[in-house]
Amino acid sequence: MACAYDNALVLQDVNFDIAEGEFVGIVGPSGSGKTTLLRAILRTMKPVHGTITHRDGLRFAYVPQVETVDWNFPVTVMEVITMTRSRSKWWPRTSAAEKKDAETVLEQLGLAGLGGRHIRELSGGQQQRVFIARALFHRPELLVLDEPTSGVDVGTRHEVLHLLSDLHDSGVSIVLTTHDLNGLAAHLPRIVCLNKTIIADGAPADIITPSVLEQTYGAPMEVLIHGGMPVVIDTGMHTNVKPIRGVS
Amino acid sequence: MTSVPYVAHVAASLAEPYEYTFFRNGVVVATIAGALCGLLGVFVVLRGLSYIGHGLSHAVFGGAAASAVLGINYFVGAGLWGIISGVLIGRISRRRIIGADAAIGVVTTASFAVGLALLNRYGQAKRSIEAVLFGSVLGVKTADIVAVAVVSLLVVAVVIVLYRKMLYATFDPDVARVSSVRVEWIELLLMVMLSLTIIVTMRVIGTLLISALLVIPAATSRMMTNSFAKMLWISPVLGALAGFLGMNFAYHLDTAASASIILVSAAGFIVMYAIFGFRGRIRIAQLHHV
Repeated sequence: MACAYDNALVLQDVNFDIAEGEFVGIVGPSGSGKTTLLRAILRTMKPVHGTITHRDGLRFAYVPQVETVDWNFPVTVMEVITMTRSRSKWWPRTSAAEKKDAETVLEQLGLAGLGGRHIRELSGGQQQRVFIARALFHRPELLVLDEPTSGVDVGTRHEVLHLLSDLHDSGVSIVLTTHDLNGLAAHLPRIVCLNKTIIADGAPADIITPSVLEQTYGAPMEVLIHGGMPVVIDTGMHTNVKPIRGVS
Repeated sequence: MTSVPYVAHVAASLAEPYEYTFFRNGVVVATIAGALCGLLGVFVVLRGLSYIGHGLSHAVFGGAAASAVLGINYFVGAGLWGIISGVLIGRISRRRIIGADAAIGVVTTASFAVGLALLNRYGQAKRSIEAVLFGSVLGVKTADIVAVAVVSLLVVAVVIVLYRKMLYATFDPDVARVSSVRVEWIELLLMVMLSLTIIVTMRVIGTLLISALLVIPAATSRMMTNSFAKMLWISPVLGALAGFLGMNFAYHLDTAASASIILVSAAGFIVMYAIFGFRGRIRIAQLHHV
């Protein structure tokens, strides 16, 4: 399939599928079409060529980048979670059953007792988990996340990775985009390298290679193996960038 | 013992304006209008549409002038004009190349200019321009009470039925779209409700100050709570209080009703700002002691 904004192609000749129970990471430079691909998967963007086919009755949910959230918006954790049940209720008040469902999801994600808190009053990891909890409130079979570790510290990144791994183990299929090759992509069972089209698709050990990365990012990168896992080093930083005065 | 006659005197003085039908009508319309603007103001403030409220009220002026010149019923003429302007603003502002602020500027100023030109050309009395710009309590009729009550009931019903969709579309429109919420329809509905609100409240508050009533109670309520649901009842209560008290102050202080209503509302904002700013400073000071 192909996607375009204002007649400018941002994705072309993209052809891949996600099987039930898969955990896929989409990597690529800024402007490579990662978010567009997610939008196409979520059906909020129509391809200009080709089709996106979902299995009949597929339940999917989306977790946006936390950096796009308005943290000053007056909503509590419980309000964030229950706002998604927009089709089932006519009366706005949260029913006892909905509250119970929401509390179960909050407990599952280690957020028990935080339902009444304003979203700004939470730690970075808790904030990310609130939005994953909102997605899980839909009981999705496919969870789609846009840059789930963008702008978070190392501890929160580990927390998110473990949580996603547990969700995957419980049978949820996951697709996410990330810039984080070492901290996130290298830990996934399958990654797709994207730059307007699919450059490579497979297991990290096969995909994270200097040639694939250079083709994807347009910059030289070195790959070391540490503890059986690939570690990407941006060699351009050593060869092309002048050292900053005073920094040794 | 002298306090009893004094209290009776004050009570009689406060009750005095209620002997006049125009004042009773004005108080009813101003109170309901305050509550209505307070309710819709929550969406206006949280979506960052304050300028749209301001612009729409100016656009409706064109419709009010056209209906006066053509002899069409005010609610029909200004109503259609307002809804068309609201839809146009919504549509143009979605085109990224122009931007919402420029779209509002084009539609509303052109519409306002049409109104002024029509009233000048066809020699409508200066009074009618002033009445539309600044509002006029004397012009409030039973039809205005019915109109503002009907629109209020309609808006309350829409907000109750679509509460979660409206909250979702306001807080997180991208994710709401994924969850099959028709965000564009909700935005359109909001513009239509805003246009109707401005039309039915304009006769008392006037074009120039109506946007303040859409913004101040909602902004004040935001300082008082961190819950969207609570904002939806605190803001209308503040708006209604401003309408009611403002009308009474206007009579006793011999000031314009619209100005008094907005000044009461602004005073409420200042008081809450002082209280919550002071509380915030205490909280920060306590953190330093930990």
